[in-house]
Amino acid sequence: MELVNIEKILEKYFEATSTVDEERKLREYFAQDSVAPHLEQYRPMFNYFSIAKEERYTKQVPLKPRVNYYKWLSVAAAVVLTFGIYFGKQYQERKEAEYAYQETKKAFELLAENFGRGTEKVAYLKEFEAAREKIYNNN
Amino acid sequence: MKQTEFLNVVMPFKDKLYRMAKRLLVSREEAEDATQEILLKLWSKNESMGEYKNVEAFAMTMTKNFCLDRLKSKQAGNLKLVHSNYTDENVSLQRQLEAEDSIGWMERIMEDLPEQQKMVLQLRDVEQYEFEEICDLLDMKPTAVRVALSRARKTVREELTKKHSYGIG
Repeated sequence: MELVNIEKILEKYFEATSTVDEERKLREYFAQDSVAPHLEQYRPMFNYFSIAKEERYTKQVPLKPRVNYYKWLSVAAAVVLTFGIYFGKQYQERKEAEYAYQETKKAFELLAENFGRGTEKVAYLKEFEAAREKIYNNN
Repeated sequence: MKQTEFLNVVMPFKDKLYRMAKRLLVSREEAEDATQEILLKLWSKNESMGEYKNVEAFAMTMTKNFCLDRLKSKQAGNLKLVHSNYTDENVSLQRQLEAEDSIGWMERIMEDLPEQQKMVLQLRDVEQYEFEEICDLLDMKPTAVRVALSRARKTVREELTKKHSYGIG
């Protein structure tokens, strides 16, 4: 590429009237080893643009995470809820049964106590018997 | 749209998004986060993606808006800190940086440009977009794009000439 031509394009370049194609020519020109001394100062500019374009986004693209996450979360929640209700109900039933058992036991205990009192009184009958034996034996 | 299909659409320009984000946010980590965010947003919209004529332009605009929001939200914050992160470049780029100081200058010169000029210069000189595309992406009038581009290029030239006349180092 002729130097005159390059200078012309450069001028257009700084007025922002050059085309993409012309700008590519500029980059090509400045990429080579021999550059006219008075244009040397522009070299870093064009070289930089070429280098800057080499930079890559190297991270992995983490797709889909949120969508799935929420879906499974709701499934898990539903499962926990059903089990919760199921076992909760069972637990409650067991509690109720236990309560009924306790109440019945209390009632029986009351009954047993009163029976006990009855037999206590009957125990005196034995005393009476003993006394009667004594009297008979003495005679 | 299936995942592989989506990746096929997105892969060709994901680097462009990243470079744009990095141009605006400077730090590599921030740019990576931004790119990831944009890609995830795109993915969440993948059902309606067929409707967009130009997914790349759409994604680019999203990136631009996202980064500008980021910058605005922490204008008062740690923006200064980012500059000290600055040397933390890609390994390959780092090596080139060491080999050629001038690349480092260019980075710094471009960093000091106003955001709009930064974006125009990035889109045109690094990514080689046509003027009409840049107008659409940045929502600017063609003349405004030309003026911004011309100013940006001239500023870069001026700064480089300064460096050049000081002599290297």
